[in-house]
Amino acid sequence: MLDKVIFYVFGGIAVVSAALVVTRRNAVHSAVFLITALLATAGIFLQLRAEFLFVVQIILYVGGIMVLFVFVIMLVNLDVALQQIQFSRQKWVALLVTLALAGQVGAMLWWAGQPGKKTLPLPVSVAAPAEKLPANAEAVAHSLFGPYLLPFEIASLLLLVAMIGAVVMAKKKV
Amino acid sequence: MLSVNHYLFLSLALFTIGVIGVLTRRNVIVILMSIELILNAVNINLVAFSRLFGDVAGQVFAIFIVTDAAAEAAVGLGIIIAFFRNRETVLADEMDLLKW
Repeated sequence: MLDKVIFYVFGGIAVVSAALVVTRRNAVHSAVFLITALLATAGIFLQLRAEFLFVVQIILYVGGIMVLFVFVIMLVNLDVALQQIQFSRQKWVALLVTLALAGQVGAMLWWAGQPGKKTLPLPVSVAAPAEKLPANAEAVAHSLFGPYLLPFEIASLLLLVAMIGAVVMAKKKV
Repeated sequence: MLSVNHYLFLSLALFTIGVIGVLTRRNVIVILMSIELILNAVNINLVAFSRLFGDVAGQVFAIFIVTDAAAEAAVGLGIIIAFFRNRETVLADEMDLLKW
């Protein structure tokens, strides 16, 4: 019961603020609502007992990436952009196509979730009792530095390349 | 009882909103924010299945996706700054240098 309440509260906050992100005129407002959406998603992670990812989400997303976004919004002069039309010409076609896509995926999930089909309707909450789970950060570390060591190193290389790329892009003279 | 389907539908909703943002907005910064929403929706899926199967690999992949999101945001925002310095615009449909 409590699980359900937490899920609907955080999920509702996430969906509403995501909708506000794409509809607000001012990019700063969008950024603030994106922070709310990301924090609500962090709450969902915590409810799924992914404590390490919960902390990563808050520190890296909300603390790092969003600061970058707000910083760039401040650098780029948006006073002119505020007066202009915010949605592009193909908006109705895009909306139609996206809703068709969402309808298809939603129908697929709905059919798969019907009782009688043994594909999806396994309840998450009783998958493994929360008390029986190993310590989350420990389990993630064992997996990250065990079977996934090579992808981990490649990710660090990716970050290095991205860092150099960002510095070169933002430099005044190339 | 909450099933994995609940999380899939939440993820679908966030993904759809993100795609709508990418396809309809003109401001490139908001488009990048919508991409963050999409990546976040994927993360919810991964963590929900990780919980379902009791396998922590899904969370490891979610960490990789967060890393990718950080790299993508850094490079993307760098490109936006460079472009704004040259063309004085952040609107996607005015970025038509390669179009004729």
